[in-house]
Amino acid sequence: MHIPDGYLSPSTCAALYALATAGWYTALKRIKRLLATRTIPLISVFAAFSFVVMMFNVPLPGGTTGHAVGVTVASIVLGPWGSILSISIALSLQALFFGDGGITTLGANCFNMAIVGSFVAYGVYTLIASKTELTARRRVLAAAIAGYVSINTSALLTAFEFGIQPSLFHDASGTPLYAPYPLHVAIPAMMIGHLTLAGLAEAVISAGMISYLQRADIGLLRGGAISTPEPSFVPARSTSRVWLAIALMMFLTPIGILAAGSAWGEWTPAELSAQASGNHAPAGLEKIASLWTAPFPGYAPSFVRNPAFGYFLSALFGVGLLLLASLVVKSFAAKGRRPELRS
Amino acid sequence: MSRGVFLESTLRGFSNALSRALVSEYVSAQPGLLQKFDPRVRVVGIFALVLAVVICRRLEVITGLLLFAIILAIVSRVSLASLAKRVWLIVLGFTGLIALPALFITPGDPLLALPWSLTISAQGLRTALLLILRVETAVTLTTILVLCTPWTHILKALRSLGLPAEVITMAAMTHRYVFLLIGTANQMFESRQSRTVGKLSGSQQRSMAGRTAGVLLSKSMDLSYDVYLAMMSRGFRGDIRLLTDFRLRLRDYMGLMAFLFVGVTAIWMGR
Repeated sequence: MHIPDGYLSPSTCAALYALATAGWYTALKRIKRLLATRTIPLISVFAAFSFVVMMFNVPLPGGTTGHAVGVTVASIVLGPWGSILSISIALSLQALFFGDGGITTLGANCFNMAIVGSFVAYGVYTLIASKTELTARRRVLAAAIAGYVSINTSALLTAFEFGIQPSLFHDASGTPLYAPYPLHVAIPAMMIGHLTLAGLAEAVISAGMISYLQRADIGLLRGGAISTPEPSFVPARSTSRVWLAIALMMFLTPIGILAAGSAWGEWTPAELSAQASGNHAPAGLEKIASLWTAPFPGYAPSFVRNPAFGYFLSALFGVGLLLLASLVVKSFAAKGRRPELRS
Repeated sequence: MSRGVFLESTLRGFSNALSRALVSEYVSAQPGLLQKFDPRVRVVGIFALVLAVVICRRLEVITGLLLFAIILAIVSRVSLASLAKRVWLIVLGFTGLIALPALFITPGDPLLALPWSLTISAQGLRTALLLILRVETAVTLTTILVLCTPWTHILKALRSLGLPAEVITMAAMTHRYVFLLIGTANQMFESRQSRTVGKLSGSQQRSMAGRTAGVLLSKSMDLSYDVYLAMMSRGFRGDIRLLTDFRLRLRDYMGLMAFLFVGVTAIWMGR
């Protein structure tokens, strides 16, 4: 199914490159939004894994062997967007490094196998597995069917791309310039091999791996190894902005002096009496007002003469206290939590 | 006594991949012509030639490009015997088999009548030759590029041509860990092979393949987490900076002009 250079016309290659580029761009954007730092090693190592799995000679009924693509397991473990990137990188490496698939046809190969393959595999698996338990046998069957359907859909697309070549691209004498077989030959020729061998290889490897993961590493079947944001990265940028904002606000605190009078509802008993046109402040208020005296009354320690500097000092003190409190709460919370080793 | 065909054939595939990588490492260090050019010139030049091969419609011109590729291989110290074994024979076997029926089923002017009322048409012969020659030439060119250029240089060249830094980093890491995982899978298969006595049934072999792939997946995920921690410990925060220390010299400009001239001339002549 890896189309080499020379089978497709330049315009077909360009159209499929455009479709594949749209898929890659969206996948990259979605993945980056979910998780930035963790993505790169995860997708890279998964692509390396897919590459190695493509080299497995999968034993098939009848004594023969076939090669799988690994797109089904990639879709189940990484989700379709992660799978698109992983499988595309593996296919690019195959094309460039091992000459398996062409350069001009890389867009077509990635569109057929990585993009359409991932969505079909993910869709079929999700549909059949539904909301069953992660350990349900139905999930093994779902993976097998998803693998089989996905590979055959990719093969059908490839056959279609081959089949339209002779009618669209031929010279004056009627000689087909690229893949020479029309649709009624290309589709059966392509599908026989995939319905019997390649589709089965993907089904066997997908079912075998899901069955193994159900027993040995069920966490990977939760779907979306990259769907949870990594907390260690996200604050890295946002905290610097928060710190900057806090510093700016601390410097701006003296502006409060410019405001006339006290803030609404923050009156002292004397101010309240004055506002209430000569009436006394409520007796209860006068009683409890003397219970607590702030260390920095009026936002300025008694030894500071300059009110603006007093405001700033109070802000510094307040922020420090808040940070200390948050650190204490965090350390108490961390004690009850085990470190998570896998995202 | 068959211990499972898939064990042996998969192990053969792994060793082929490793030997190919070693050959590439050896050839890229040779003082050949292509190796002397800046990697960007090599990548752009070879990609231009592959594009010319795909666009060309005349057999003679594509044959000319194949000859150019062979000369390029010779002056770049790429063994022709190795090319014949790794590229030409394999492509001929695969694409030749695909193109063979086209000789008989493509409608056109009869050229040669064979027994069992089979007729080779002129159009059939031409389309089969076009397909085989195109694939042979394009794969030869790509193989020469990969053999003469380390993977990291190809990626850096692609980066300077505008591919996103994330994609380049991921492709570079994938290449690195492919060999690690091939080694791991190789060891798993070898250890299983050494413990296998007698004949394995088909279902046992399938189950073994699934289990091995599953274990490899678990190991890969653990490895990716280790790599992630290593990157974080070195201060990685998601911003990728790649060193591109390539410098174009006069020789590189001349090489690029030569490649583009051959490509454009081939496209013009092969209309």
